[in-house]
Amino acid sequence: MSIAIGSLFTIGTYLILSRTLLRIILGMSIIGHGVNLLILTMGGLKTGAPPLLGLGVTTFTDPLPQALLLTAIVINFATTALLLVLSYRAYQVTGTDDVGKIWGYQDE
Amino acid sequence: MNNLTILPIILPVIAGMIMVVFRNQIRMHRALSLGTLTLIGIVAVMLMGQIQQNGIQVLHVGGWHAPFGISMVADMFSVLLVFTNAVVAFCCIWYAFFSIGEEREKHFFYPFALFLIAGVNGSFLTGDIFNLFVCFEVMLVASYVLITLGGAKTQLRESLTYVLINMISSFLFLVAIAYLYHMTGTLNMAHLSVRVAEIGQGGLMTTVAFLFLTVFSLKAGLFLFYWIPGSYGAPPPAIAAIFAALLTKVGIYAIIRLFSLVFYHEPGTTHYLIGILAAVTMILGAMGAVAFNDIKRIITYNVVIGVGLILAGFASFCEAGLSGSVYYLIHDMIIKGLLFLLGGSIILLTGTDRIREMSGLIRSYPRLGWMFLITAFSVAGIPPLSGFIGKILITEGAFRVGYYWLGGLGLLASLMVIYSMLKIFMNVFWGYPDDLESNPRISVRGLLRPMALLTALTIFLGLGAQGLYGVVDQAVQGLMDPSLYIAAVLDGKLP
Repeated sequence: MSIAIGSLFTIGTYLILSRTLLRIILGMSIIGHGVNLLILTMGGLKTGAPPLLGLGVTTFTDPLPQALLLTAIVINFATTALLLVLSYRAYQVTGTDDVGKIWGYQDE
Repeated sequence: MNNLTILPIILPVIAGMIMVVFRNQIRMHRALSLGTLTLIGIVAVMLMGQIQQNGIQVLHVGGWHAPFGISMVADMFSVLLVFTNAVVAFCCIWYAFFSIGEEREKHFFYPFALFLIAGVNGSFLTGDIFNLFVCFEVMLVASYVLITLGGAKTQLRESLTYVLINMISSFLFLVAIAYLYHMTGTLNMAHLSVRVAEIGQGGLMTTVAFLFLTVFSLKAGLFLFYWIPGSYGAPPPAIAAIFAALLTKVGIYAIIRLFSLVFYHEPGTTHYLIGILAAVTMILGAMGAVAFNDIKRIITYNVVIGVGLILAGFASFCEAGLSGSVYYLIHDMIIKGLLFLLGGSIILLTGTDRIREMSGLIRSYPRLGWMFLITAFSVAGIPPLSGFIGKILITEGAFRVGYYWLGGLGLLASLMVIYSMLKIFMNVFWGYPDDLESNPRISVRGLLRPMALLTALTIFLGLGAQGLYGVVDQAVQGLMDPSLYIAAVLDGKLP
């Protein structure tokens, strides 16, 4: 699991450091998945049974990380959507998706 | 249990949603947003009274008792900030009536400003670290929209940086929360404080603390402020003023809250590092403020210096330094809002942001000029105005714990601030207006009123500091003694 998280972070970082806007956004969302898996792992993966009342088990999985994860996924989804719209708009206005060229417009 | 504590978050959200439904009723938008902010101010004052009498007010949302449910905690420090937030936002939105333009008003400027305020208030009032993350996101998403609203080319370019930087810091925030949860098994801040005290703040815990520090430094502009000058210069003045007054302050609040409540066991490592970062921030900010020649840059670098100064007071971590930080935080919210509104007005009147191309503005707009002078003195900390008390307390705190270099740098940065402010004042307001005929007189009466309110506030805050003393003192007591906060939230019932 930690290897998967590590490689997700690596790939994400690599993509963020590239110049194309779309790659950066993809990198962001891959890092987002890495973070989600990290939360899940940190909460403890499988410890016996689902966290239901009255099941008669003493060791059950902690439900809190899953709740956190759900919130994090929703927020990540919303911000990624916003970022996609934003970059599309930037592409329309500047006519390029190369980050260097977008910043090349410096007026000073 | 006190239901008032959640009102500052719920009220703006409800008002904002009503506005989204009635999209074209601009008059209603205006009235509703000012009304909501007034209500938040009233609620904050009521809460202040209750806290003075009965101590910290807590609401366990949904009746789920801490540490299992999410609790809203209103202590004096956060309520003070909520109140200041309401006042400053009131003035900025009032200013927006006359400057933001109908196009932006129709495209949901007011609802998003209110959502932003809901997020800011939520960050101040929450007692749960994951909820802090959620409130940060509410605030940030609203700010993403506000910064791009209008879609000018500079706005799009700067907002891309802004959004990317903040998304990365949000991911780091989540990583830090995951590690912290793994080590302590709780997310409630009071409970976290207890658990961290139990297991001790070893090397790993301090590493997590540094991770949190990185995240909040990115948001507050402590050392990692390279995104600030660009993105605060892009949106129109009313929005930039809201950003400058509120957004960085939320990061500062989070640093102060976390490092006084949870990670306070190793001040030699963590607080010393905050001190060093604050010093570097002040130096770099002062260099920026002196070097540039356009108004927007100069005032954004002044925001950076302010951040450094507040956290310099916090780094000393003694009573004097912390009271200085609290005073200066309140002062800084008011004055940076005012500074951005003034700078925006000047740019609006002259049509340029380069100070060498303007002159003699005081002949046509005397009141604007005098207000700017008062603000400049207040930012620099000239005695009767509000910046003075905070600065003197921060310096005293730094000297008391032996951080002479930090106190000295704070004073030096103040000198640079006064130099940069007077550079604007002398270039813009003195001299002869060169194109009086070609530049028709624009009416600024509407713009002046909200700024006059903020200017009056900085004068009163300076003269009436004695009246504020009791409140600030209680806030500092709460910060210095985490057991008060823990007792109020957990109510003595530990699982």
